[in-house]
Amino acid sequence: MDQLQLSEMVEKYLRGELSGAEKVAFEEMRMNDPELDQMVVEYHAFLDQIENYGAIRRFKSTLYDTHQTLQEDGLIKELRIRGSARIVKLWSRYRRVVTVAASIAGITALFISGMITVFSPKTPLRDIEELRRKVSSLEKQSSTQRVELNKFKNKIEPGASVKFGGTGFIIDPQGYMVTSAHVLKDAKKVYVQNQDGEDFLAEIIHLDASSDIALLKINDLDFKAIKQLPYGFTKTPTDLSAPVYTLGYPKDEIVYNEGYLSAKSGLDGDTLSYQLAISANPGNSGGPVLNKNGEVIGILNARQASASGVVFATKSKNIYRLLESIKDAKSPQHISIHNASSIKNVDRMQQVKKVQDYVYMVKIVLN
Amino acid sequence: MSITDQEKAVFKAIGGNDKDAIESVYKDNFSLIQHFVLYNNGNEDDARDVFQEAMIVLYEKSKSPDFVLTCQIKTYLYSVCRRLWLKKLQQNRRIESQVENFDQIVPVEDDLEEHEKLNRQYLIMKTSMGKIGEPCKSLIEAFYVHHKNMHEIAEFFGYTNADNAKNQKYKCLVRLKKLFFAQYKNA
Repeated sequence: MDQLQLSEMVEKYLRGELSGAEKVAFEEMRMNDPELDQMVVEYHAFLDQIENYGAIRRFKSTLYDTHQTLQEDGLIKELRIRGSARIVKLWSRYRRVVTVAASIAGITALFISGMITVFSPKTPLRDIEELRRKVSSLEKQSSTQRVELNKFKNKIEPGASVKFGGTGFIIDPQGYMVTSAHVLKDAKKVYVQNQDGEDFLAEIIHLDASSDIALLKINDLDFKAIKQLPYGFTKTPTDLSAPVYTLGYPKDEIVYNEGYLSAKSGLDGDTLSYQLAISANPGNSGGPVLNKNGEVIGILNARQASASGVVFATKSKNIYRLLESIKDAKSPQHISIHNASSIKNVDRMQQVKKVQDYVYMVKIVLN
Repeated sequence: MSITDQEKAVFKAIGGNDKDAIESVYKDNFSLIQHFVLYNNGNEDDARDVFQEAMIVLYEKSKSPDFVLTCQIKTYLYSVCRRLWLKKLQQNRRIESQVENFDQIVPVEDDLEEHEKLNRQYLIMKTSMGKIGEPCKSLIEAFYVHHKNMHEIAEFFGYTNADNAKNQKYKCLVRLKKLFFAQYKNA
């Protein structure tokens, strides 16, 4: 009997799957062979451990689902402490840290403002490549085929062809989404397409060139309200080397990529951005960059032309800033994003499964 | 306070990973725990973590033949959460404010010691699983966590037949066992 058969036998024995005669024979063997006996004991302990592990995993996943369902049905609510109570609490907790930090910040600010006057800002170099996708004739062909297939779904008028593409993702279930501002350059019309190939007409609500973020609103009767977002948006800076992943549309199908945070600032020390080591291609622009907890840390927007694997993403903080800046201006509805991710303790495959429904292809029609 | 038969049935069902039972316990108790954590220096994520860990304790107890539930589930969960959260506060050296009182608490220290032991074992298995790499991890999980049979596994992972899959699973299991016991014996 080889090791494989033996282990199979032991496993069957421990599960009580051996027939009467087999069991008797096995027990006799075990009695005469202390080595086998030891193996059975060890195996038993080990199988118990795996079973326990599996059981807890299953239970955790039930808990996770239950939380989601109850929250969606409004039977439980995640409360947040708001207003002054929270501030007082934070203040008492971090008073010392804040005092020290404030004095350091003061000194640093003086120092930096001095530095800035000495070294006046240089014009940004053009060795950066924005990752919006030019839809080539070949790709156009495949998209025309898709048009044939999905004629009833396709809204893009015949004659107007999609020239550029990028990625966008939902930030508010009412249909607000963000993408990179450069994706929308010269756009006359913007369509977004979900995973099922359905197109929706979108309206540009706001463009912010400095942080390269654009806010879109899906304005389409066919667009049905969607469920609560699985991901949150983190304001806290992400640490060096933190694993990250992104989803995007460098081709007509959603593509997943993973990498890590390689620097806390972007090109030439641009503090609005992160530098990532991840593979990204034209079309990935505007895609979400998520950390292992399923929190959006930024929006992917460019790569360095002169080096491979150097990609930049504008930080999530900028989304908060953008929403804040348009709050009183022209925003028709209140858009609120939060930092709680509901996919925190879920493995990557499950996270991606949830997230991909909220990531759209952005299609630009120029004329 | 005596426990109704219905409570006992729910408690038993938790151990069987019964969705309805879990949902009803979750619905009836989450807000209370959330309130407790939020007003004792925690945030909404802490509340969820503490509550779900307490649910796991409840699950382990329900499966344990030696354990007898002597109080209401609500009281038990609250006592466990309270203990877990105080411990976490102490670990983080956050200011320990006077924790608000609840009239009924049962002693759960011993139960939690048991839970911590199980949790350590769970974590060792989790890290070992993380170390065996793919496709081993998915293969082992498909069999032991999701209870798929060898034919389904062979089909899903693209093995030509169930025997091949079995062979691969065996190799993975040997590696996992080695990794697991290396840590387990040190712990």
